[in-house]
Amino acid sequence: MTEKQTTTWAAFLATLKRDLLIAFKKKNDIVNPFMFFIIVVSLFPIGISPESDRLTEIAAGVIWISVLLASMLSMDNLYRSDFEDGSLEQLLLSPHPLFFLVLAKNISHWLVSGLPVVLVSPILAYMLALPTEAYGTLVLSLLLGTPIMSLVGSIAVALTVGLGSRGLILAVITLPMSVPVLIFGTLAVQSTLNSQSPVGYLSLMLVMLSVSASLAPLASAAALKISVN
Amino acid sequence: MSSAAPTTSPNANTDKIMLAARELFCARDDRVLFKNLSFDLPQGQVLQVQGSNGSGKTTLMRILCGLNDSYEGSIKWYGQEIEDQTASFFSSLLYIGHRVGVSKVLTPAENLRWSCSLKQAINDEQIMAALKEVGLRGFEESPCYTLSAGQQQRVSLARLIISPASLWVLDEPFTTLDTKGVAMLEKIMQRQAQTGGSVMVTTHHSLRIDELTVLSLG
Repeated sequence: MTEKQTTTWAAFLATLKRDLLIAFKKKNDIVNPFMFFIIVVSLFPIGISPESDRLTEIAAGVIWISVLLASMLSMDNLYRSDFEDGSLEQLLLSPHPLFFLVLAKNISHWLVSGLPVVLVSPILAYMLALPTEAYGTLVLSLLLGTPIMSLVGSIAVALTVGLGSRGLILAVITLPMSVPVLIFGTLAVQSTLNSQSPVGYLSLMLVMLSVSASLAPLASAAALKISVN
Repeated sequence: MSSAAPTTSPNANTDKIMLAARELFCARDDRVLFKNLSFDLPQGQVLQVQGSNGSGKTTLMRILCGLNDSYEGSIKWYGQEIEDQTASFFSSLLYIGHRVGVSKVLTPAENLRWSCSLKQAINDEQIMAALKEVGLRGFEESPCYTLSAGQQQRVSLARLIISPASLWVLDEPFTTLDTKGVAMLEKIMQRQAQTGGSVMVTTHHSLRIDELTVLSLG
């Protein structure tokens, strides 16, 4: 209509920048899930046993489960405040494909909630006596798995954002969809520990990431429209 | 609960119908909000939607914007179904609802930078000029949670000044404004009508705008 219309790319970048800016201004939303992750992982050596043999066995599972729980904790921030202040309506009324705007929000969410967890995971792996040869696989599997959780969790948050009291609904919707990620993530690390190649599992995770990156934002966009209706 | 016909003012500019609604019907929880509601919104008009509380004003506004699809009837944008041309419709539309779309943690300038760039390319001078015009000079970099409700409303109204959108849909934009703010918004709306744009607005105020048409619900 006008000569000065933005490109979808510019709208994508503006949304990404805005969400990152909000995240850095509301530091609690970043710090809380991250601290929760570190605390949960640190409790295992205390609660189970400080013996490195036993810890090595459970290390991958503990880290992956804690990542899953921490991501659940951070998911709620994704659309809630936008819904409450009306920004979500503005997003839905944008002339650009909602797919890219939702994707921008998901990427921003992953950058502030997923990436820090991935970066700190080697330190926690050291604490859980995971052998150093598995560090690479752990980080790589988390790098592939955490964005899947953000993308898939986004659908559940989008569906429930209009509900007053959500309680456990979010977990009930998200967890079953995250289980495959959990399984392949831990199996990849275990296979490295058993001196087998983790490439198969990691490739499967890469496929899951590609599929969820191309389909999940569509589902989130549709769910947001329903929630705002 | 109602069927309504617009009362057209004598100087209505009817050469180009922007938005045409026909036989709209909407019911919520078995209660009919409106039925057989038909109206035209030509270019250069301000259409004020009036009605008692709960008569469906907000629902009507949301239906027109495409935020609510639980209705029957047809809404056409320049003679064509909106579903066939959503991108062009959305780039011509500016909607400000009850929830004004202003994030409280961001500053007015940051809010505008995002909400405007969803639709158009903007620069900081435009943002600063718009904020100055709505009376927020000096508040450009204060977080919006430090601003009053009226000032937050003004942040959203600054979008009207920047936006080239031809159709404005404003749901109760006057509620938190002071008398100066009301006069300012009336002036902005009049300017929009005089430059060939259109405005749909719900309010209980009697507006002092020449290009005014009133649509009454229930």
